[in-house]
Amino acid sequence: MTDAGSERVREADEVLLGFARALRAAGVPVTQDRGQTFLAATALVGVDDRRATYHAGRATLCGGPDDLARYDQVFEAYFGSRDGLPRPRPAPPATVPAYADLPEAESAGGEGDQDEDAEVVRARASEREVLRHRDVATLTPAERQRLAGMFATLRPRAPRRRTARHQPWRRGRVDASRTLRASLRRMGEPAEVVRRRRGSKPRRVVLLVDVSGSMSGYADALLRLAHRFTQAAPGSVETFTLGTRLTHLTRALRLRDPDRALVAAGGTVPDWSGGTRLGETLGSFLDRWGRRGTARGAVVVVLSDGWERGDTSELATQVARLHRIAHRVVWVNPHRGKAGYEPVQQGVLAVLPHVDDFVAGHSLATYAELVEVVARA
Amino acid sequence: METGQPASAEEVAARLGTTGYLCDDALATVAFLAVRMQRPLLLEGEPGTGKTALAEALAESLGLPLVRLQCYEGIDATQALYDWDFPRQVLHLRALEAAGGDGRTVEEAEKSLYDERFLLARPVLAALQQAPAVLLVDEVDRADDEFEAFLLEVLSTYQVTIPELGTVRAATPPLVVLTSNRTRELHDALKRRCLYHWIDHPGLEREVQIVRSRAPEVSAGLAAQVVGVVQQLRGGGDLLKPPGVAETLDWARALHHLGSVDLDLETASRTLGALVKYREDADRVRAALDRMLAR
Repeated sequence: MTDAGSERVREADEVLLGFARALRAAGVPVTQDRGQTFLAATALVGVDDRRATYHAGRATLCGGPDDLARYDQVFEAYFGSRDGLPRPRPAPPATVPAYADLPEAESAGGEGDQDEDAEVVRARASEREVLRHRDVATLTPAERQRLAGMFATLRPRAPRRRTARHQPWRRGRVDASRTLRASLRRMGEPAEVVRRRRGSKPRRVVLLVDVSGSMSGYADALLRLAHRFTQAAPGSVETFTLGTRLTHLTRALRLRDPDRALVAAGGTVPDWSGGTRLGETLGSFLDRWGRRGTARGAVVVVLSDGWERGDTSELATQVARLHRIAHRVVWVNPHRGKAGYEPVQQGVLAVLPHVDDFVAGHSLATYAELVEVVARA
Repeated sequence: METGQPASAEEVAARLGTTGYLCDDALATVAFLAVRMQRPLLLEGEPGTGKTALAEALAESLGLPLVRLQCYEGIDATQALYDWDFPRQVLHLRALEAAGGDGRTVEEAEKSLYDERFLLARPVLAALQQAPAVLLVDEVDRADDEFEAFLLEVLSTYQVTIPELGTVRAATPPLVVLTSNRTRELHDALKRRCLYHWIDHPGLEREVQIVRSRAPEVSAGLAAQVVGVVQQLRGGGDLLKPPGVAETLDWARALHHLGSVDLDLETASRTLGALVKYREDADRVRAALDRMLAR
């Protein structure tokens, strides 16, 4: 290759890598190695061919259907006409404040406490106890912040299911194959009898969080709860938000730090405090994810007040469908635990026949109970 | 059938065409890149859009054997890699005994048990041994995270180590096609290894072509009518499970077997079971057909 030729290639590479950078800026997670694969691919199909470059980029830089639309936009903006630049990602809504964790107040007090100190600790402990039982929608921002730290005390455990395969165990049925194998190793001499039992695996947990206007006071707490679940069993928990549309939130909640995860979630969900079309969004969850396997045999937890405008028969149909697919459907209603609550609201009445557990969900204490319900499911 | 590596995306499309698989240039480009760059190809899309069929067509068009690994919940490395043929090992041992030990030491006898002839190659190992080959990892989203990690390892080295025998390395890496229905999100690490393609339902014209090429016995008029109905049903968006291309083909064939050359309501409603798989859907389709054919 001549100098001029290699010069041209280098220029082309810079253009292409510039495109990869633009794509990253538009929110497609393009890594270094993906960029390199992209260069190799365009070299194969020909850099001058616009359509081939387009397809090569789609295949190498994108990782899911969500990326494809953004990709098209950026490609058009970068290689096509220069108007219509990719829109920047919407800023996270103000409903999820990005504050840092404050140090836990009650960690004070070492050895040799004086009476006063003990008094203070006891007061704080009972304050915490009160906070545990308060309705999260009525908290002041400061109390909310203190409660956020207390979410770390929740210890969700994924429910277990039995698997088809066996595992070695001290007691139980004789594992003929393994026993024979062991004796084979000794040229047919009788060996120790090996036993086995059915294995067990975590059962999938699917959280469906209602983020419509009527639930806005609980959204923050419910997402923190979802974050705890996700952190406890990252592989077997999936989270979606239901509002005017369905949003897959699992990826955002995998971030370890709760506040960063919540900010990421805030950036992902486009319809905070919007209206609800609960039946419809539940339907699209079942069509796009649920029936194919996400909800199959899973413990599905719906966190919603069941507030549905107008006809509730669609909601009833969809919850019935959900119930047929899922192992167990747990409905968490923030109003359930309040004094004088009666399930008279239309949406709630519609879903009750198809729900295995109907539990409260307005305070940290009720979330702790929910964690137990899910673990036992 | 021509063999050897294709020189361009157009050639891939043309070769796939000879096997009856029609693809657009996006898919052809990706398939071409997968072959030339020796990268696994990850296909996602609605069920019934021809993800698995692509792997089969690729193998046929390249003249390579197809090895299929069906994933399911709880699949582990033994079911994907290899296993020892235990009954035959026992038999072998008994035969040795009967032969009076053959003058062998215990070590030799034991060593002879882990011979390649007692090795049962499961799909991944089989694909490496038979390479060049096409390895289809079907519905990878059903397998667990651990299995995905294991696959990632195999896909980046194209070799497998069997403690008793040593390392098996593919002379030519197999062409790997992974399909996923998106029941769960795959790990980024696996996705990064792969070329990605989302297969959509085909447009009206292409789907007619597909039916004509896959089921040539169906009359042209019937094919066009069937596809017309299916496309409308998909566009309507009120079905629990919109039919895929596979269902279109089933339905066209079913109608053909009943002797239809034209779509009529009576035969259509008798064969709906080939098209939709829910009672509610069948009712809706029947009503829609009523409307469409009444005109």
